[in-house]
Amino acid sequence: MRFFVFMRLIVNGEEIEKLHVETIHDLLNELHIEKGRVAVEVNLTIIKKADYSTFTLSDGDKVEIVNFVGGG
Amino acid sequence: MDDKLIIKGIEFKSRLWVGTGKYKDFEETKRAVEASGSDVVTVAVRRVNIIDRKSENLLDYIDPKKYKILPNTAGCYTVEDALRYSRLAREAGISDLIKLEVIGDEKTLFPDVCGLLKATEILAKEGLIVLPYTNDDPVIAKRLVDAGAAAVMPLGAPIGSGLGIRNPYNIKIILETLNIPVIVDAGVGTASDATIAMELGCDAVLINTGIAGAKDPIAMAEAMKHAVIAGRLAYKAGRIPKRLYATASSPIEGML
Repeated sequence: MRFFVFMRLIVNGEEIEKLHVETIHDLLNELHIEKGRVAVEVNLTIIKKADYSTFTLSDGDKVEIVNFVGGG
Repeated sequence: MDDKLIIKGIEFKSRLWVGTGKYKDFEETKRAVEASGSDVVTVAVRRVNIIDRKSENLLDYIDPKKYKILPNTAGCYTVEDALRYSRLAREAGISDLIKLEVIGDEKTLFPDVCGLLKATEILAKEGLIVLPYTNDDPVIAKRLVDAGAAAVMPLGAPIGSGLGIRNPYNIKIILETLNIPVIVDAGVGTASDATIAMELGCDAVLINTGIAGAKDPIAMAEAMKHAVIAGRLAYKAGRIPKRLYATASSPIEGML
């Protein structure tokens, strides 16, 4: 049994603590981010969308979530 | 008239490509893109704002089903960064196109062509449709083609400078040297600049600041649309040779 397992992650440069977050899928849900238009990198490795629900995050992971913004 | 631009099987109905940076808001971006008549827009790859999740997204205004999305690697100064941004852009799952930038100098934003060549080769092998932003150098342009570029995007002048086509002769040589599309990227300041690029025979022109930075971006977008069409038509029509002296337009016969 696991109680109060907080995961500490660095997401887009911000340190965040989350409960009940195990996978990238969970993290995107927690942050209310739709997976369709983003790309995710964990510790400099790009994670395929198909693996979002199976890729398990670990305490201290550096996660980058990017999307498209205005640019030339 | 069937005059479509095709790059690696992708059909572009417009020869004016537009950027989406520097607009005052997404509404203005959308209106300018619509006024330009363009079907391809460039975008940048940046972190999602995870603090303010209510903030709107560009793609809520520019529908990827309606427009071809051309992500760039703006702001990348190393091959490694350019590869990272390109791969992230592709993984976002909206486009396999990449406007590849490896910048070599902060003040001029001129490309680092050595790095650009390396990154082009790697990404083309990975299957991306690579459109490198390059100098107006015909030798480098040819090397980029050999490295697998799908089109080359030589600058008219530095990004955002509005100086126009500073070296039309080099652009002409690039056009004569390559057998893939050439798209002038950067430097176009006003409608006549876009026309000049198209009259030279360029396949398309990419404009961001020239539109977004105008006093009335929506009107300038429309001006650029006509300028590109006019330049393309003039190129295909074949201009008259320049002469030093006059040749009368009206007949001598029948004069009193």
